[in-house]
Amino acid sequence: MFLGLEYYLVLSALLFTIGVIGVLIRRNAIIIFMCIELMLNAANLAFVAISRDLGQVEGQLFVFFVMAVAAAEVAIGLAIIVSVFKHRETINVDEVNSLKG
Amino acid sequence: MNAEMILFFIFGAVSLIGAIAVISFRHPIYSALSLIVTFFAQAGLFVLLGAHFVAAVQVIVYAGAIMVLFLFVIMLLNLGTLSEKGALTGKLKGVATVLGILLAIQGIYIAVNALNNTEVGSVEAQEKAAALAENPIETYDIGKLLFSEYLLPFEVTSLILLAALIGVIVLVKRENQTEN
Amino acid sequence: MDIDLLQDIIIPIVKILFIAHLLIIGVMAMIWSERRVSGWMQDRLGPNRVGPQGLLQPIADGIKFLFKEDLIPNHVDKPLYVLAPAMLLVPAMIAIAVVPFGSTITIAGIDIPLQIADINIGILYILAITSLGVYGVVIGAWASNNKYSLLGGLRSSAQMISYELTLGLAIIGVLMLSESLSLRKISEGQGANPWEWNFIIHFPAFLAFTTAMFAETNRLPFDLAEAEQELVAGYHTEYSSMKFAMFFMAEYMNMIVGSAVVVTLFLGGWHFFGLEAIGGPFWSGVISFAIFFVKTGIFLFVFIWVRWTLPRFRYDQLMNFGWKFLLPVALSSIVVTGTLYITTNGNRLWIGIGNVVAAFIIAAIVAGMLAMDNNGKSAVQNTPAAAPLRGLDAVE
Repeated sequence: MFLGLEYYLVLSALLFTIGVIGVLIRRNAIIIFMCIELMLNAANLAFVAISRDLGQVEGQLFVFFVMAVAAAEVAIGLAIIVSVFKHRETINVDEVNSLKG
Repeated sequence: MNAEMILFFIFGAVSLIGAIAVISFRHPIYSALSLIVTFFAQAGLFVLLGAHFVAAVQVIVYAGAIMVLFLFVIMLLNLGTLSEKGALTGKLKGVATVLGILLAIQGIYIAVNALNNTEVGSVEAQEKAAALAENPIETYDIGKLLFSEYLLPFEVTSLILLAALIGVIVLVKRENQTEN
Repeated sequence: MDIDLLQDIIIPIVKILFIAHLLIIGVMAMIWSERRVSGWMQDRLGPNRVGPQGLLQPIADGIKFLFKEDLIPNHVDKPLYVLAPAMLLVPAMIAIAVVPFGSTITIAGIDIPLQIADINIGILYILAITSLGVYGVVIGAWASNNKYSLLGGLRSSAQMISYELTLGLAIIGVLMLSESLSLRKISEGQGANPWEWNFIIHFPAFLAFTTAMFAETNRLPFDLAEAEQELVAGYHTEYSSMKFAMFFMAEYMNMIVGSAVVVTLFLGGWHFFGLEAIGGPFWSGVISFAIFFVKTGIFLFVFIWVRWTLPRFRYDQLMNFGWKFLLPVALSSIVVTGTLYITTNGNRLWIGIGNVVAAFIIAAIVAGMLAMDNNGKSAVQNTPAAAPLRGLDAVE
């Protein structure tokens, strides 16, 4: 009747892993940020898949909350990136290594 | 091979390719566009899972707002291909990838095996799923639950958004004053 | 799963082809009428040489575009430069899929709803798809590698994000009363007579939605993204030939789809004094389609009318207007509609009155605050930052 839950969970795990690898190997703050979004999305996929398997609405609700938090996080994060760039002319996370502006 | 399976593999492949493209393109604009493709494929997967509302919100919030912000910042700062100075050297990159693959294997193992001992896949859950196939979750159900049982989390979310709004203004405002 | 060949495949394909061609013909008609109506409003003739009354002018334009050299400048980012016009055109075209353009038509005993797809989240689909249009502009602007294009793209993306909020919030009141997200149900929920339509009940929301729609389509007075006096041609400066024509077509398609959505949400859809109910099951369908068509056409005329009536905003005026006027008005419509729906048991008259009163109060408060703000620093009245009120003059 339905495609098995494990298909979706495997896909979710793969997407999450790609996000983790991206955070590890890239040094551009914006791309690292995108990878975090990717991981959040992988989690969302798992939420919705399990929600259907259990026949519960809650999974979809949590996706809703995750999205709201992600939106807030992106707004703040990008504002920080913009200020960092204004100060230091770079957003390479290895060059932004001192806490004092 | 039923229709859901074919569509799942199409959307899944597109989202994986998009995700890999995000971390391999050197230019952030291309990464951002790849991420949009991934989000779209995910919206497709949500539709496949019967979560139409979530799919629409996914496109509105992620593709319509968040990624536009990303592009806006990339364009505003005119970020070209930045130096990846200090990036992991070839050997360490390999280590990172191996660690990542290990993580993927763990995730897949959990996804395939550990579910056996949980409620997922039990008779009760299967009955529920069968009932769900009869009447899929509608936007109505989500709204009803959101504004009754989960009212407090919902309000807290709005506070988070408000805090983010004010936070962004404060961050950018201070910047202007120091410059003047 | 058994698929009925006629019901599930042939009829949808016919509908899609019909609507897609209608859109393209609509674009051509809009190009012609825009130029002719502009001419009429400026007391001149407009194009009248090609065909009777210049009716074949769009075809001549199209041929000209097709035969022009398809130039790709050296300094552009090639893949994105080529992709951008399509990224603008495709969302403009597929948004029409959920708009009901008539009631039901019966041909040879088969009931055919005049709508490509009646999905239960129709209005969310429209919002999602229209929010994608901004990518074509932004990507085209960035890929052109030209500072005027980039400035146009930046302006456009900021503008579209700002006005999208109003677009989304203004319809919440309508959704609350129609208790559905499906455009067909919203359309059916409005009665046959004009005073039962949503634009009476949600008048401030209707104005806010329409204004935001103008902003989303980058039309005057919101065409800062392509202000020719400042930015050459904005985001499509580097485009020529058919690629430029695609930007052009996308703008007109956005206008047509936007008008169709406004007609569906606020102007009663295919209803008009019960005219849509006369005739048999076949003719009532045709008449309902005709009514919808005429209403959309009238609204498109308003687009051209506004273009030659209002001057362009300055950028700070645009942002002030969007965030300080439209957004509070749209929010007030949600609060008032919700409150009065509970307290008056859904009496439409009271909701309508309450909405207008609340919008006036909000507008008065905001205008008063802006005026006070202006008085405080009258010494710098002529700097751009202190000019929100002059922006208001342009609106009125």
